[in-house]
Amino acid sequence: MLERIDNPPLSAAAGPRHAVPIALPQGPSKSRHRVSRPTWEVVGELALEWLIRLCGVSAVLFVFGIFFFVFREGAPLLFSERFSLTKFLFSHDWYPTSHSNVRYGVFVLVIGTVSVTGLAILIAVPFALGAAIFVSEFCGKRLKETLKIVIELLAAIPSVVWGFIGITVMNPLIQNVFHVPVGLNVLNSALLLALMCIPIMASISEDAIKAVPDTYREAALALGATRWQIVYRVLLPAAKNGLLAAVLLGVGRAIGETMAVLMASGHAVKIPHSVFDPVRTLTATIAAELGETSAGSDHYRVLFIIGILLFCITFTINLTADLVVKGVRKA
Amino acid sequence: MFQSTAYSRAKTRRELLAHYALGALAVGVTFPVILIVAYLLHEAWPLLSWDFLFANPTGGMRHGGIWPALLGTMYLVTFSLFVAAPIGVMAAIYLNEYATDNWFTRVVNLAVVNLAGVPSIVHALFGLGAFVLFAGLGRSILAASLTLGIMTLPVIVASTKEALSAVPLSFREACLNVGATRWQTIRGVVLPNSVSGILTGVILEISRAAGETAPVMFTGAVFYKMIEEGQLFGYNIMDQCMTLSMHLFTITTQVTEAPHALPFATAIVLLGTVLAFNATAIVLRVYLRTRKKW
Repeated sequence: MLERIDNPPLSAAAGPRHAVPIALPQGPSKSRHRVSRPTWEVVGELALEWLIRLCGVSAVLFVFGIFFFVFREGAPLLFSERFSLTKFLFSHDWYPTSHSNVRYGVFVLVIGTVSVTGLAILIAVPFALGAAIFVSEFCGKRLKETLKIVIELLAAIPSVVWGFIGITVMNPLIQNVFHVPVGLNVLNSALLLALMCIPIMASISEDAIKAVPDTYREAALALGATRWQIVYRVLLPAAKNGLLAAVLLGVGRAIGETMAVLMASGHAVKIPHSVFDPVRTLTATIAAELGETSAGSDHYRVLFIIGILLFCITFTINLTADLVVKGVRKA
Repeated sequence: MFQSTAYSRAKTRRELLAHYALGALAVGVTFPVILIVAYLLHEAWPLLSWDFLFANPTGGMRHGGIWPALLGTMYLVTFSLFVAAPIGVMAAIYLNEYATDNWFTRVVNLAVVNLAGVPSIVHALFGLGAFVLFAGLGRSILAASLTLGIMTLPVIVASTKEALSAVPLSFREACLNVGATRWQTIRGVVLPNSVSGILTGVILEISRAAGETAPVMFTGAVFYKMIEEGQLFGYNIMDQCMTLSMHLFTITTQVTEAPHALPFATAIVLLGTVLAFNATAIVLRVYLRTRKKW
């Protein structure tokens, strides 16, 4: 009787689940019964936790996978004797379908990407920064919510719709305003890209400004500074790394954008001399020409090498942005 | 003593100027959205009808509807969700609940950011190299959905992580203190309290996947494919399909003499779908914020 009183709650808890009857200790008990869950539940939980860990590292696997498979298609040409990396990067001649003398020089395409991206960032930075500062420091709560929602919707517009707008709205607009024969040019695609980068730049800039401690603002207010003086003298210097990261991510986004520049940039392989010249970018070239090549041909592989180049550029930009932000956190 | 000096007047003037200039920049950013939606809607109006949604294109895509494209987009979005949602949610659980703050976690986080930063056309090349050619899936809905799923993974990871980290630590501690294991805590306390935030991420993924063109261009989308009108299971998973985004690209750049309203109507259906999903996500988030009690 006494022994039964020793451990009733535990055996009762474990009781109904186990088919095996709890053996009552015959002699003096050595160990107490522990509540145990059924084996399948423990094993299942363990398996699930490992699955979660696997999914956790999947992003790393995918990034490596992307590089590996794009590299795998480009590699046979990249390491062959027909291919010279200096010619690829610095030659002005992009004649991938020439019968007599095939030349793959992406210099002009790089210039196209740089010109469109550069102009887009120049247009986007004041708007994105202005919007971020206004939203975080100047406006009331309701206006702030509305602006943030609209900016988020702006970010959601698909790039093919932007391209369509470039052709149907911007093209005639640029023709009429600047009296140029063709409206599909650097300016057109830069405007589209600017509108596409503004949301991401604005939201990251806003985070950066918001992250500046309130004590900074209070100290400046106590000295009699106006809001603009606080922004100009305190917040911008304090948040400059975050703002730099925002601009970098905007650049990364603009370089990688495909459909909008494919449709609105005019698609001419030449170095632009004014913003009204048509250009061709790296991304647009892949999108336009990959469908016409046969798998395994040199032209096909060159497009994959351009893909490697794009991957490396955006990877570097993202890495730099990350380091810039992390540098701030340590300081 | 309290007379305004030239300096203080200039200070006030500058403050006002900055206020209005910044306000103009911020409001200036929002104009394009409103103008674009209004313009597209205005131009597309004559063509918009139920028939337009549920009919096949005819006459070399110059007439008729967009049903195969609409259905193709639905297929791609659904299957990409099957890829992105489980992996994305579990990756976020790992990053928020399991990972400790060390170099490896930083690498994983960096990989997620980078995955989001990889250009869409490079994702297309990856999909072509890995799924279409290496895995031998051919150009198919399956290959395109896998590509889209991996591409949209960061969207789900980011918003799920945010939802999970919004659950207070004390909830977890309370649960762990009554003897629950880590997974029991996640299953019983963390997930139920963040399920709507995760749903927001899923909705955003749908909106993102529906609008993408480049990644599906070489992995499973075709210019034209007839299917039975109004039939919900018109495609096989190993078929190629039309998509709304690809259809818009095609009729804008490849088809000549299409009626003026046709590309506009296609664009407004695409844009409407994407913005509707986004608006749902936003409403859900705002509703959650007002309802939250902790």
